[in-house]
Amino acid sequence: MSDSHPMADVAPEPGVRKPDPVLVANNLQRSFGGLQAVDIDHLEVQRHTVTSLIGPNGAGKTTLFNLLTGFDTPDFGEWHLNGGPLVGIAAFQVARRGMVRTFQLTRSLARLTVMDNMLVAAKDNKGEGLWGALTGGWHATEQANEDRATELLERFGLEHMANEFAGGLSGGQRKLLEMARALMMNPEVVMLDEPMAGVNPALTQSLLTHITGLRDAGKTVVFVEHDMDVVQEISDWVVVMAEGRVIAEGPPEAIAKNRAVIDAYLGEHHGEAAT
Amino acid sequence: MDWGSIFIDGILATIGPVTAAYAISAIGLNLQFGYAGLLNFGHVAFMLVGAYGMAITVDFGGPLWLGIIIGILVAMLLGFLLGLPTLRLRADYLAITTIAAAEAIRLVVRSSWAEPLTNGVFGIQGFADSFFSLNPFPPAELYGIGSLVVTGRKLWVMIVGWTIAALFVFVVHRLMKSPWGRVIKAIREDEDATTSLGKNVFAYKLQALMIGGAIGGVAGMILAIDQQNVTPDAYLPQITFILYVIVILGGAGTILGPIVGAVVFQFLFFTIDALMVNAQADIGWVGDLLTPAAAGQVKLVLVGLGMMVLMVFRPQGILGSREEALIDER
Repeated sequence: MSDSHPMADVAPEPGVRKPDPVLVANNLQRSFGGLQAVDIDHLEVQRHTVTSLIGPNGAGKTTLFNLLTGFDTPDFGEWHLNGGPLVGIAAFQVARRGMVRTFQLTRSLARLTVMDNMLVAAKDNKGEGLWGALTGGWHATEQANEDRATELLERFGLEHMANEFAGGLSGGQRKLLEMARALMMNPEVVMLDEPMAGVNPALTQSLLTHITGLRDAGKTVVFVEHDMDVVQEISDWVVVMAEGRVIAEGPPEAIAKNRAVIDAYLGEHHGEAAT
Repeated sequence: MDWGSIFIDGILATIGPVTAAYAISAIGLNLQFGYAGLLNFGHVAFMLVGAYGMAITVDFGGPLWLGIIIGILVAMLLGFLLGLPTLRLRADYLAITTIAAAEAIRLVVRSSWAEPLTNGVFGIQGFADSFFSLNPFPPAELYGIGSLVVTGRKLWVMIVGWTIAALFVFVVHRLMKSPWGRVIKAIREDEDATTSLGKNVFAYKLQALMIGGAIGGVAGMILAIDQQNVTPDAYLPQITFILYVIVILGGAGTILGPIVGAVVFQFLFFTIDALMVNAQADIGWVGDLLTPAAAGQVKLVLVGLGMMVLMVFRPQGILGSREEALIDER
């Protein structure tokens, strides 16, 4: 991928500047009571990359996702998408501006069909307004959306399920549906919260292919993951969090050897006696 | 036992204006609860403010058509006021707020403080004269087949009531088949997911609450017009729960569910009622056992029992899809 070249000169250190950041966060802080869940000085996400966010449980990864996508409000700090500030912007508007997220626990709209799950994600359908719904005139948009949804469902191998209720899908199929649904919005940045959690190895491979496919289609992917092997395989850049802070970032090879990362994952005394 | 008259009593109640009003009100509740998943436990309040909005306007010298518009607007305003603080919060906040607001509104309306406007416990009468002056049927004439007859006055209210019910069925059908309706159903399934897809969940929920409320307001007006009378104690909390029974019985989240639910509920309710009145009169030991007051309770027990049986064997209601009902939430 030629896109990874610009990253070659970027130093692997926390908070480093990148040549073409799509997402920038400054001094972002969120605490729950006495717990400092997120405390980030500076973080940039390079455009057209797969950036993975790793860290032990409780490192603040999901909280960071919630903050960036407007699902939670920081105590302090600011962040931009494509230079546009996102402070005080409601979650649904963040999504419309091109940053779409998925959830750790899959959220399919169970009693809607797979096709309706896709269509509900489409943008700018005037039939979604009350007036448009009553007066009609939205069928052409709907047809175009359906065609696009069918294409996406084919890509994710779900086209034969289009008319089934989403609640009838298997866990893995729901993950695929959630990803396909997010793409229905034509997002610029896709934020995937543990897309590989609870998924069998065969499906993991298929999900990974889809994720790199997104990058190759010109999107920026940020995803949370625990499994280091997975991260090594597809990431262009890795950001490591522990106790709410970014403790390291860099290309996957550099991260694998990083002392601070090993300490954060295995505990500082792992070289001594196994417990 | 006169089975013929028992069934005729049941059928007359079933096709009457009260059933039409309940069906309409249930259409509004079904939009809120069945489609949008909003737990509105104070639906009767929308009926109350709709009926009073109309009656007070006429009482103060306004024309009936203006009263109807004001009634609808007041019902929508109530939905707006109830939704504004609660719809951003968890679902149960709306439930608590609506049930409390419904009782509070009824008590304020019947208080002596509000008497200049509402005439307190006595209510307002005779506001629908201009409605009945439009009646094309001679009011005292009887219409029907055999002993199944209604007066021309009743017939007029019935025709208008059921026509409005049909109109709302059409409107809700059109809404729910549109992309707007799809977003509403998506919100019922998962609010966060719908938000993540760029939909303003709060605005949609508010719209559903206000439209459902307006439909409830119209139902209140029909009930009031039929009796030419509004009194605060006609709007007790149990009406809300009868409406829930109707919606669930017919099938929550189905287009015709509220109509079917209202018809079946009213038929069973009044047939059982007539049956018990007959049994008390004709069968010695039943008359000894059941005082008229006790009979009213037994009737409710039987309705409750029927509901339980339905929930066990057909949890999706009469028109609901079994496949849909069996999908678990996650």
